[in-house]
Amino acid sequence: MVINTDYLERSLESWPFTNTKPSSWLNQLRANAIDQASMLRLPTKRDEEWRFTDISALTHLPFRPSQPENIIHIGDVEHLFLKEAKIRLVFIDGYFSSSLSIFDPTSLTVGNLPMFLSSNSAYLESHLGRLAKYEDNVFTALNTAFLSDAAVVSIPKNAAVRDPIHLLFIATQNEVTSYPRCLLVCEEGSNITLVEEYIAHNNAKYITNSVSEFFLAPHANVKHIRIQRENLEAFHLANCAVSLDRASQYQSISISTGARISRYNQNVFLNDEAAECTIDGLTMISNQQLADTHSCIDHIKPHGTSYQQHKCIVNEKAHAVFNGRIVVRPHAQQTNSSQSSRNLLLSKTAQVNTKPQLEIFANDVKCAHGATVGQLDEEELFYLESRGLSPATARSLLTYAFGAEIINRIPVTSLRQRLEHAILTQESKS
Amino acid sequence: MIVSNSKTILAVQGLHASINGKEILKGIDLTVKRGEIHAIMGLNGSGKSTFAKVLAGHSAYEITAGSIQFENKNLLDLPPEERAHAGLFLAFQYPVEIPGVANIQFLRLAYNTIQSQRGKEELDPLEFDDFVREKMKLLNMKPDFLDRSVNEGFSGGEKKRNEILQMALLEPRLSILDEMDSGLDIDALKTVANGVNQIMNKDNATILVTHYQRLLDYIVPDFVHVMHAGRIVLTGGKELALELETRGYDWVINHSESTNKVTA
Repeated sequence: MVINTDYLERSLESWPFTNTKPSSWLNQLRANAIDQASMLRLPTKRDEEWRFTDISALTHLPFRPSQPENIIHIGDVEHLFLKEAKIRLVFIDGYFSSSLSIFDPTSLTVGNLPMFLSSNSAYLESHLGRLAKYEDNVFTALNTAFLSDAAVVSIPKNAAVRDPIHLLFIATQNEVTSYPRCLLVCEEGSNITLVEEYIAHNNAKYITNSVSEFFLAPHANVKHIRIQRENLEAFHLANCAVSLDRASQYQSISISTGARISRYNQNVFLNDEAAECTIDGLTMISNQQLADTHSCIDHIKPHGTSYQQHKCIVNEKAHAVFNGRIVVRPHAQQTNSSQSSRNLLLSKTAQVNTKPQLEIFANDVKCAHGATVGQLDEEELFYLESRGLSPATARSLLTYAFGAEIINRIPVTSLRQRLEHAILTQESKS
Repeated sequence: MIVSNSKTILAVQGLHASINGKEILKGIDLTVKRGEIHAIMGLNGSGKSTFAKVLAGHSAYEITAGSIQFENKNLLDLPPEERAHAGLFLAFQYPVEIPGVANIQFLRLAYNTIQSQRGKEELDPLEFDDFVREKMKLLNMKPDFLDRSVNEGFSGGEKKRNEILQMALLEPRLSILDEMDSGLDIDALKTVANGVNQIMNKDNATILVTHYQRLLDYIVPDFVHVMHAGRIVLTGGKELALELETRGYDWVINHSESTNKVTA
C-alpha cells in the first residue's frame, strides 16, 4: 500500500501519452502540460484564491483516469436530452458516444476531437489550449495533459444556428477522474445557443476536471448555458476561458446545484472594443455541499460592457463561495460594468462567502457593485401564510422567486421548466 | 348591516398581547356578528394595527391573556394558514412585494389552496383566468396586473386593489382591512370601497382599521370603536366617527382617562 502519494503525483504517474506520435502538435501540447503540472502543486486554503475552499479531501482519493469503456443504453439517459436541441454531443466519462449523439457527420462544424484532428488539424492547433492557460493552474494543466477527446463546435461566418446545441457530459465510472473538454469557435457574425451540462448517471464517486474554451470573433453572439448537477459524491473542478473580439456579445448563465465540492473558474476577456458580456450565475446547494464560483471579467479595450449577477441559495450545512473579479485595464476607457451578488441563507448552519474584487486602472469608467446576504423575509412568509399557504409552500415559493430571476433568462423552455421544478422541490426537502 | 339573531363570527375577550416583552394590547373585548361592519379607529400607536395582525396570527406577537373565538374554533390554536382556511382574511396596510412570482400564479395558488381546504373545487389555469378577470372588473383593474410580479412596482392604489381582489377571490367569513385608505386618492378610494361593498353580504363581516373618518363615508360601519393605549375605550354607531372628526381624539382620550381614574 502506498501512503502519502498525493492525487497529483498519482495523476502524473498515470499519464499515458509519453510514447505516442511525439511529432504531432497535440502531443507536444500534452507533454508541455504534463511538465507544467509536475511543477505545480494542488492549491490549499493557504492560497488566496482558495482560502474558502478546502479540497484536501481530494488528495486522498486513489482515482485513476477514466476509460472509454462504458456502454450506456439510450433508454437510460434520454430523459436528460433537450427536445429543442437538434444537435447533441454526448460524452460518457469524457469520451464521445456517437450512438447517443445527434449531428451531421458530413459537416465538420460540430464533432469530437478525433474527427476534427483527421480533417482539420491546423484549425484545431490554432485554438486548442490557446485560451485556457495551464501555466499557473494545475487543473487546467492536468486536463490538457490528459486531452484525448473533446466537444468541438465551430460556427461559420454569419451562420445563425436557431436551435440550441447540447453538450452533455455524463459520469458513470467509480473512482475515476474524467477530463471533459469543450472548444467553441464562433466566426464573425455567427449566432448560437450552447448548453453545456454535467450530470451523473449513478452514485459513483468521481472527479470531473473540465476545461472549456470559447472564441467569439467580431460581432459573434453566443448564449452559453452551463448546468452543473453532478451527484453529491462528486468533485467538480472546472475552468472556462472566453475571448471576445470586437462588438461580440456573450451571455452566460451558469447553474450549479450538484457535487460535494465544486469549483468553477470563468475568465472572460474583452479583447477588443465594444464587446459586451452578461454573466449570470445561480448556485443552489444543501447538505454539506461546497460550491465555489470564481469569475474574472477582464476589460482590455475601450467601450466594453459587462453585467454580472450571481445568486446563491444555501441550505442546511452547505457553503457557497463567490469571488467576482472585474479588471478595467488602463486603455479600457468608457467601460460600463456592474456586478451584484445576492445570497439567501435557508438555515442557521448555511454559510456564504462573497467577495467583489474591482481593479480599475482607467479613469473614465462606470463600475457599480453590491452584495447582500439574507434570509427569507418573515413578513413575506406571513403574507403568504395569511393567504392560506402552508409554511413549507410559502418558503418554497419565496425561494423559487429568488432563483427565478436567473432561471427565467434561460432561452430553452424545457431546460427552464426542469430547473424550476428542481428549485421548487429543493426547499421542501428541508 | 345589523341583522337580528345573527350568528357571532368573532368573540374577543380580555385579549392581551405583547411584542419583545412590551405589552401593546391591554384587554380587548369585541364581538362581531354576521352581516356587520365594524370600524376600529385610533391614533398611531393605539394598538389597532397590532390587533389586526394578532387576529391573522402574526408570530411576532405573544398572547399573554384572553381568548379569541372564531365561528366554533379557538383562533389562538390555529397557525395563520389555518385561520385563512377557516375564513379569516387580512388586507395588509403594506402588502409585500414578491419579485419573480407572477401575480396570477400567486392568486391561483392561494385560491386553490383555500378551495381544497374547504373541500371545494380547484380551478385549472384557464378556468381560473376567466374567473379572476371577472372579479377584476369589480375593482376596475387592468389585465396586465396578472402578469406582473406580485405587488412589485405597484402604486399604493394598485396594491390595495390587489388586496381587495384577493378578498373577492378567497370569500372570507371575516375580513380585516388595515388602513385601506392610506395612500389612495379619492377616485381609487371610491373604487376600492365599492369593491368591498359588493363583496359584503348578510353572512360575512368586515373590520375596518382606520385612522381617518374619510373611508367611512364610502363603507358605512354599523359600529365604531375607538382604541387608545391598547384597549377599546369607546363604542358607538356610525355617528361616533363624525363626532371624532369634529371633536378630535383628545376628547375620547381625556374622557377615557377620567373614567379610568373613577374606576381605579
